[in-house]
Amino acid sequence: MSLLTVIYALAFYFAVALFVIGLAVRIRLYAVTPAPLKIPVMPAPLTKTGVVFRLAREVTFFESLFKSNKWTWIFAILFHAGLLLVFARHLRYFTQPVWEWVVLVQPFGIYGGMAMVAGLLGLWGRRIVVERVRYITNPSDHLMLALLALIGASGLSMKFFAHTDIISVKAFCLGLLRFDWQPLPADAPLLIHLGAVIVLFIVFPFSKLLHAPGVFFAPSRNQVDDARDKRHLAAWAAPMDAQRDA
Amino acid sequence: MKHSQQYRAKPEHQEKLGFPGDLVDNWQQKAVEKMGDLLNKNRALRVYMDACVKCGACTDKCHYFLGTGDPKNMPVARQDLFRQVYRRHFTISGKLFPGLVGAKDFDDEVLDDWYKYFHQCSQCRRCSVFCPYGIDTAEVSMAARDVMDHIGIGTKYTNEILGKVHDIGNNLGLPQAALINTMEGLEEDVEEDTGVAVKYPVDQKGADVLLITPSADFFAEPHVDGLIGYGKVFHQAGISWTTSSYASEAANFAMFIGSYEQMHKVANRIRKAALDLGAKRIIFGECGHAWRVAYSFLNTLAGPWDFLDPKYPVPQHILEFTYDLMQRGALNLDPTANDDKVVTFHDSCNVARASRMGDVPGGQFEIPRNVIKTVVNKFVEMDPETTREKTFCCGGGGGLLTDDIMELRVKGALPRMEALQNVVDNFGVTHMAAICAICKSQFTKVMPYYGFSMDMINSVHQLVGDAILLGTKE
Ligand code: SF4
Ligand code: SF4
Repeated sequence: MSLLTVIYALAFYFAVALFVIGLAVRIRLYAVTPAPLKIPVMPAPLTKTGVVFRLAREVTFFESLFKSNKWTWIFAILFHAGLLLVFARHLRYFTQPVWEWVVLVQPFGIYGGMAMVAGLLGLWGRRIVVERVRYITNPSDHLMLALLALIGASGLSMKFFAHTDIISVKAFCLGLLRFDWQPLPADAPLLIHLGAVIVLFIVFPFSKLLHAPGVFFAPSRNQVDDARDKRHLAAWAAPMDAQRDA
Repeated sequence: MKHSQQYRAKPEHQEKLGFPGDLVDNWQQKAVEKMGDLLNKNRALRVYMDACVKCGACTDKCHYFLGTGDPKNMPVARQDLFRQVYRRHFTISGKLFPGLVGAKDFDDEVLDDWYKYFHQCSQCRRCSVFCPYGIDTAEVSMAARDVMDHIGIGTKYTNEILGKVHDIGNNLGLPQAALINTMEGLEEDVEEDTGVAVKYPVDQKGADVLLITPSADFFAEPHVDGLIGYGKVFHQAGISWTTSSYASEAANFAMFIGSYEQMHKVANRIRKAALDLGAKRIIFGECGHAWRVAYSFLNTLAGPWDFLDPKYPVPQHILEFTYDLMQRGALNLDPTANDDKVVTFHDSCNVARASRMGDVPGGQFEIPRNVIKTVVNKFVEMDPETTREKTFCCGGGGGLLTDDIMELRVKGALPRMEALQNVVDNFGVTHMAAICAICKSQFTKVMPYYGFSMDMINSVHQLVGDAILLGTKE
């Protein structure tokens, strides 16, 4: 077994563990923090089902972003939808036998990869060209785009320029899952690709990528508009009622 | 708008609310502690600190940014004033790589920006409508002001006013005698005008309805015309009502400073008034921030309301009440009384985006329009990009209605003034109706800067009051 394989295998375990634990800690924090007052942004749904639909529209169509800015919306949709397709395509490396639906979306994964990179470049372009957006950009915002672009570009390059031995890659991936390590091909694009993915896993729970779980926890979007019908008393606020005079 | 800032609250105004009188010595440490406390008590703040992706979708949505062009008035830039300190003290990335993620120590310069720019947010929530995660800068502004109050820095405007509420019961400091006097004056005026003896009661035990209205309704123009209108509606519907001198204020300014404790105290004056007077229903007058606290928070802060008549929602908005009467034919109205006007409607930000009326989503948009259209023949809408949930704040909300920052108020009104100009030019609009005391005060003050006359702004219930045929239903 090569040192390279060992390093990548260990790095993967480390990154995935950090990702899962880090994210779980963060999500738990969001979940246990009380929301002391009802603050849905109106017009808001009157039922829980309505809230589910509202959130579903937000995460599938980016409804609010659509209202705000069409260019950002287009690039964001390109990137996220592309990412979804790419993700589906990559499932083939982790399943044996490969699931039927994964086989079916296989060819679209490539277009997904292109869309993803195009979307990223669009978003990056906005960050540079639009003065308002440039003003609010931190170095980490560029780095995040660079990281994702690197993942996309290195992935596409393996498809179009420098083919990798994907049979071995799959063996490596399945080996990781089964704790039975298999050698990783030492191709530069592949190593860059996997290295960047490892970094992505590591930074996820500490970065703005927390918008992914965050969108479900935003009280302005996930609360039911029923403030007149139900008291909504936070545990820390409840004792104040004893102090009121009446 | 770096040069624009409100007067600092004096030590006596701070201490009255239980805050330190002046900037405490170890303020950095105290501020960070308070931030931690708020992060643990308020999920919105916690999530909003992490979730922003700097997409920029909110950047051109704030009326203060549009009016001033100051990049720090972009909603995300305003949040970032809080976020930079949050990152530095509460995140691993900010502790390890501050420069990379825009984290900063809480120093004098940052505090100075906090004081200025968190008081250049009217907490109108327009930015939140457009943010993909619903990040609500109003929540961040409230938290920031709470932190600042806790280290001894508040604004004179809100904190002095809150002291008056605790002492006397309203923002203006009008004692019972002055209220009774004012209301008697109104009774005389209305009788002189119409020949009908409409009552404007104060502290009347056993009245069915307790009316809570912004104290501006008791004396300012055009607010008072709205109060006259409410009285006429109650009169013709034959419903007994009263105001309370103990809780003679609808606008809960504690929301502006983000203090749950203060909001609780002010809201519970209303509970006590309702119990003392034996009221069966509570109705709120025309005021945006007041209605937000009433609709969204009153049940939580001052409920349960099980001693009131369960037939009615608690509280009700005066427009819900009047609209219901209209639908049941309980009011005799003649819209030709308003034929001298071409009216448009300004959705007040807090009513539009933070509350509801009636029992369907969006009732807060439809009910006021339906009421206006019932009493006015010529009604015109402004640009849909500037109405309903996309409405622009008047520029004076959220504790900014003070002459200390007049220039900001004028500039903040720009987007609304442009939309108004448009319907004036194209449809001959002569009046703009509003349902918020702050909007009314702000517009009477800033409209002249845009070449409009200050009496162009009306209370909705003034239009109703003028159309009621008094003496026909008794
Ligand atoms: S809440 Fe309103 S005033 Fe405050 S930043 Fe958002 S748009 Fe601007
Ligand atoms: S729209 Fe929301 S996520 Fe985008 S920059 Fe503004 S606050 Fe951040």
